[in-house]
Amino acid sequence: MSPEQFLYQEARLLDTQRYEEWLALFTDDATYWVPLEQGQKDPYETSSIIHDDRTLLELRVKQLRHPRAHARQPLARTVHQVTNVVELGKANGELHIGSTLTVVEFRNEKQRLYGALVEHRLRPQGDTFRIAHKRVDLVNSEGELDGIAILL
Amino acid sequence: MAANEQLAMLVQPDRVHRALYTDPAIFELELERIFGRAWLVLGHESQIPAAGDYFTTRMGREPVIVVRHDDGSVTVLINRCAHRGSMVCAEGRGNVERFVCPYHGWSYDRAGALKAAPFASGYAPGKLAELRLHPVPRVSVYRGFIFASAAPSGESLAQFLGPARASFDDFVDRAPGGELQVAGGVFKHAFNANWKLMLENHLDGAHPAWVHASSVAVARNAPEPGKPGEEHYYDIAVRQMRQNGAPDAVWEGTGIWSTPRGHGYMGDYHDDDRLVTGLGNPVFDEYRAALIRRLGQPEADRILRVTLWNTIIYPNCSFMSQFRQLRIIHPLAVDRSVVYTYSFRMPQAPAQMFKDTVAFANVVNGTGSWVLTDDLEVYERIQRGLSAGAPEWVYIGRGHGRDVDEPGARRGATGTSEVFIRGQMRAWLDYMTPQSP
Repeated sequence: MSPEQFLYQEARLLDTQRYEEWLALFTDDATYWVPLEQGQKDPYETSSIIHDDRTLLELRVKQLRHPRAHARQPLARTVHQVTNVVELGKANGELHIGSTLTVVEFRNEKQRLYGALVEHRLRPQGDTFRIAHKRVDLVNSEGELDGIAILL
Repeated sequence: MAANEQLAMLVQPDRVHRALYTDPAIFELELERIFGRAWLVLGHESQIPAAGDYFTTRMGREPVIVVRHDDGSVTVLINRCAHRGSMVCAEGRGNVERFVCPYHGWSYDRAGALKAAPFASGYAPGKLAELRLHPVPRVSVYRGFIFASAAPSGESLAQFLGPARASFDDFVDRAPGGELQVAGGVFKHAFNANWKLMLENHLDGAHPAWVHASSVAVARNAPEPGKPGEEHYYDIAVRQMRQNGAPDAVWEGTGIWSTPRGHGYMGDYHDDDRLVTGLGNPVFDEYRAALIRRLGQPEADRILRVTLWNTIIYPNCSFMSQFRQLRIIHPLAVDRSVVYTYSFRMPQAPAQMFKDTVAFANVVNGTGSWVLTDDLEVYERIQRGLSAGAPEWVYIGRGHGRDVDEPGARRGATGTSEVFIRGQMRAWLDYMTPQSP
């Protein structure tokens, strides 16, 4: 599978609410990072909108399914539009892929729009990949944002 | 505009009218009479350590610049050119010699004095000398925290804070050397609801079991926090989410106080040795040793025995002195608010404590938080619920009639008392119905 196709499949899982299958795309040592600051280098000394290892990411998916997750149930409808897919490099057996992400979210009679630059580190596995690292830099990460309760 | 008598009818001992949250005319009056008069928390001196350092913020809806003047004092200027009204300074922070208006190039020094205006010969003699960036009339600093009031006269900051000063003391005293720095980025989260709803939520011990049910459940299923040396970076946040699921008896037994001017604070409900300094842990032992080296054992013990959770400084601030998080709320519209959330580093404490602060902020108070997002959802549901014309009243009567008057403060009979909301509403009424407006 091409990296491009893989990213489309990943987006499809999120947009069809198959979050557990989406989670399974991540390696056991994966990190999922939505930085707070533009060009942020460090997730431990500066806050992040989301900074999850594989364990926290799994708990985040479980929270989505909790019947009293007020900000998450009923589930938001989303469209993740992935474009401008480029290969940024290869290192340690991983492909470094850049892309542009537009997300439309609908919930509670509110439609919201996000734009982001995304980087994936993809580890080949058979004829597909697993995600070792995903970084989502929202264009307005430092701006005034309503609470984010979806997966980007 | 509503007359004082009409406003007074909206606030009763155990209930308030829904108009307080939904009426745009009342909101405009709040900006004038509350945000236009009260001392507002604007930030912390560590944000502007050097002459010329500045940051922009709001007082109510008004854009202001907080700047360090050449003599070391802090000045607050309305961010509006004296000529045609443009903001002279883009939103953000930095260091300047002059604030230069982008429209016609008028330039002002750090104290707001007009230093140059192109085509100056076009103005009547002496006219330009009358013009300047308008300074906010009163600025005061308490233990590093910057306050300002748009009212030219009124009570001092010390009088305004009253017994709630002790929470700032707790915040600063806990830092070895009394040194605190704003660090680690600023979360800015917005929601479609009235500003008062946040202040009414932060001391509410009856809400976590319901609002935060999902994050409590998830945290209980999280891996056990690691032993010292084997901790996960997020353990601190998992511990906090679990504490939100404390039994009812714990919440009932936690102290809750309301002080004059609508301020209030809550005692600590934590019993986790990574959340409570006094319970002993290698990181905390090192921290405690740093405090003892500076202050001696008795004073260090006295400081660490203070157990506070959230403090509200009415009308625009909420902070966690033990966890070094401070939030400032800006009302944008009757049904729209934005909150800036700051974390603080203690430079002379173990480095791990700031990493804990960052992890805590991300998971508990951040824009993508497991916890905060559920609060925001509920604020918005309240706002939509209150848009209904009837019933008209909002009930704030939990514990009413059983409040206990203590020196300087009114204490709730139990920890889940709504005594602090009743105190906020008394302050609201005081501000909104001045004797000689």
